[in-house]
Amino acid sequence: MSDPIKINEKCVFCGACVKACPFGAITQAERKTVPVIDLMKCTLCGACVASCKFEAIWMKEKSAAKIDLSSFKDVWVFAEQHDGVIQSITFELLGEGRKLADSLGMKLCAVLLGSHVQERTAELIARGADKVYLVDRPALEHFQDESYANVLIDLVKRHKPNVFLCGASTIGRSLVSRVAVRVNAGLTADCTGLAIDPKTLNLLQTRPAFGGNIMATIETPNARPQMATVRHKVMKEAEINPARKGEVSMETIAEVLLQSKAHRLKFVPEVETTMNIAEANIIVSGGRGLQTPENFALLRELADVIGAGVGASRAAVDSNWIPYSHQVGQTGKTVCPKIYIAVGISGQIQHLAGMQSSDIIVAINKDADAPIFKVATYGIVGDLFEILPLLTQQFRKVLGK
Amino acid sequence: MRYVVCIKQVPETTDVKINPETNTLMRDGVAAIINPFDMYAIEEALRLKAKTGGTVTVLSMGPPQADAALREAISMGADDGILLSDRAFAGSDTWATSYTLAMAIRKIGNFDVILCGKQASDGDTAQVGPGIAVHLDLPQITYVRKIESIDEKTIVAERLMENGYEVIQSPLPCVLTVVKEINEPRLPSLKGKLAAKKAVITTWKAADLQCDPKFTGLEGSPTKVVKIFTPPARQGGEMLKGEPSEVVPQLIAKLKDAILGAAN
Repeated sequence: MSDPIKINEKCVFCGACVKACPFGAITQAERKTVPVIDLMKCTLCGACVASCKFEAIWMKEKSAAKIDLSSFKDVWVFAEQHDGVIQSITFELLGEGRKLADSLGMKLCAVLLGSHVQERTAELIARGADKVYLVDRPALEHFQDESYANVLIDLVKRHKPNVFLCGASTIGRSLVSRVAVRVNAGLTADCTGLAIDPKTLNLLQTRPAFGGNIMATIETPNARPQMATVRHKVMKEAEINPARKGEVSMETIAEVLLQSKAHRLKFVPEVETTMNIAEANIIVSGGRGLQTPENFALLRELADVIGAGVGASRAAVDSNWIPYSHQVGQTGKTVCPKIYIAVGISGQIQHLAGMQSSDIIVAINKDADAPIFKVATYGIVGDLFEILPLLTQQFRKVLGK
Repeated sequence: MRYVVCIKQVPETTDVKINPETNTLMRDGVAAIINPFDMYAIEEALRLKAKTGGTVTVLSMGPPQADAALREAISMGADDGILLSDRAFAGSDTWATSYTLAMAIRKIGNFDVILCGKQASDGDTAQVGPGIAVHLDLPQITYVRKIESIDEKTIVAERLMENGYEVIQSPLPCVLTVVKEINEPRLPSLKGKLAAKKAVITTWKAADLQCDPKFTGLEGSPTKVVKIFTPPARQGGEMLKGEPSEVVPQLIAKLKDAILGAAN
């Protein structure tokens, strides 16, 4: 197979392409030699082609779209429900989806799968859906990877949406990864920004990579639908307007698509959790500085008073002070609450990766040099065992609890 | 039982910076490691093998240097390693990557359980595991925190959800993606290190896999990165100074409105 990218004899050895490559894939051994492209690092992004003033870099053009892109219409939102309750991420997607649909001049549609969920369609319409595709079958009572994916694949093939958004939840990420492969769509994970390119009308999907140290904007020029999972708590929820009107389309689905090889035997809710930290607007998080598992009680007390979820650093989880589902950071959860209060957490880069996009960060730590203070909106250097109880007590007074 | 573990070689740290002058990723001198989540997948495969007997094959798509990642897995106890390395794979997104890995798994054949880490620490997409499952038309259990039981035909595993866990039963073969909670990866033994040194890593190219060129590399990747940039840095914050009795009221004054707002 010939190389998909080459530097030809027009090269004047200027080295512009070496500097332009975002991935460090081009090296020039010495001046006056043709740079070498390491194809294992190269992502064929084309930055070097644009940088070359001498048209010395040839890159294979991707084949043009083999499908008629204009036949794909509307912006779809997957309505995630647990036990018949629509999850708040869905309202965030409807809020963002409305904007995208308006800039494309298309309809905003919600897709709701479940059992006995028909009355929930009104909620979706009140939040901005022009149309709800409803598949209401006993087999869809709980999320199942295969049957849910099969139904969505069928609906996508039938109705051809242009954009398809889904929450970047456990369910969302497991589900649409299957759908995207089957319908030959591009899928971008964990987006924090979405916009329509005014020229191409492509969806510009911006997402963090490398634990949030790098942002990348991604598009899907030649395939439809343009699929993305969207991070929780980043987009604003659509407002409720009970007067809105919308259409409900009951979709018939072949029985065979509802079958699933794997199936859920049971669900065990976590008893420990006061609140799911992915959903929480406020998180109080504890680290090694708490010293013992018993001291997490101090944190929980504060969390109760201010209505927060409880998070933890890897150090606290690895010491078995609190279950893994509370871990914030690279090997735990990524959260972006309105307020993140880090208590006794030094702020290793892996922890910061999981929380640095929070609106307000408060750090309480005895070490004035702790890296957490570099990202903190408000920092207090001091003894958490003095500060924490006082904070709880005074918040209780102020908030009238 | 045949266990196949898909691993990815990633930079050791996610603390990568963009050089502001050249707008390039500064990755020099950053060591390459096995993606941390894949370590749990390797460990779990080794534990399952100890229980049921069989073999553990590690599979990676990447540059020739990814050979080191496969050898490290062998030093932990994996039986053999296969590297998928070909210029034709350059520019692969998660669609093309999962296709290529699936084609390799098909060639390996006779597999029972395919294990992956829940996501890679550089891309963080969590899309390749389910992608492999669909390409092979297999069931999947994602975010596995515990395997409750396994026999020749069936696996029962716990999937970590945001608010608890599900117990899921699946027939084999099946694809699993695992989270950190599932185990603690072992360190390589001396014997393992020697085995890793001597091991012959098989390399397969696109032609060996009978890949359709429409589906590999750039051509098989619907998504395209159009821009990378550094997120705006957080501004250094305000330090509240004084005795606890002074700083606590200050902090409460700063947070009160935000907390009342967040509650609504």
